[in-house]
Amino acid sequence: MIYLNAFLFAGIVCAIAQIILDCTKLTPGHITVIFVVVGAFLDIFNIYDQIILWAGGGALVPITSFGHNLTHGAIHGYNTEGVLGLFSGTLDLTAAGISAAIIFSFFLSLIFEPKD
Amino acid sequence: MKKSYQDITEKHSPKENIFMNAFISFITGGIMGIIGQLLIDGYSSWFDIPTKEATVCMLVTLIFFSCLFTSFGFFDKWVNFCKCGLIIPITGFAHATMSAALEFRKEGLVTGIGMNMLKLSGAVIIFGVVSSFVFSLLRMVVGLI
Repeated sequence: MIYLNAFLFAGIVCAIAQIILDCTKLTPGHITVIFVVVGAFLDIFNIYDQIILWAGGGALVPITSFGHNLTHGAIHGYNTEGVLGLFSGTLDLTAAGISAAIIFSFFLSLIFEPKD
Repeated sequence: MKKSYQDITEKHSPKENIFMNAFISFITGGIMGIIGQLLIDGYSSWFDIPTKEATVCMLVTLIFFSCLFTSFGFFDKWVNFCKCGLIIPITGFAHATMSAALEFRKEGLVTGIGMNMLKLSGAVIIFGVVSSFVFSLLRMVVGLI
């Protein structure tokens, strides 16, 4: 059942993004930024956690979960370490994703030639 | 004169089929969601780790494969076909980083790869961090009341 929920949620998010992309003059960069901000916003009152419980991986794969993790880390840092935690906790949960993207692209770009 | 020029360009620019594009994005985005859930379930049962660590493993796996396919050169064609179905999932973030790194590779290690790798995906990181800071301040203020 969770697979159907994952399919529906991830699909609907992507379809909304595609409709915004087609109907306005925004570039894909704008769209991803909008979705990150929306994901960060939805985490203020733990709405996104409920969505993750419902849709599982479908809510974790879209870029909205990136914003959710950033806010989640900041709030968790504030609760455990105080105001300094707002700064040290922000990148806690997303560090794996950012580091993986940087490391893999660095070494793969040394190995491969660009293809046109 | 200007208006007629706009009319002419509008007539000759290719028509984007909004419904068809949205449908393709829906299907491909949904398949990405299913793959994510499958990987989470697979990792947590194979390696016997909690769901939270399996999630990190799933994200790293997806990032690795999209970087690899981008450097083989056929991920661009998939993105052209699936559009937002591959841009909105985390694969789009990895694809942006990888293609910038490949494109500026010939300009040298530091001035090429180092300075330009986060050119496209830096926007995501910067706006994500700034907005999450603002929102967690908001949450803090609401919590104090």
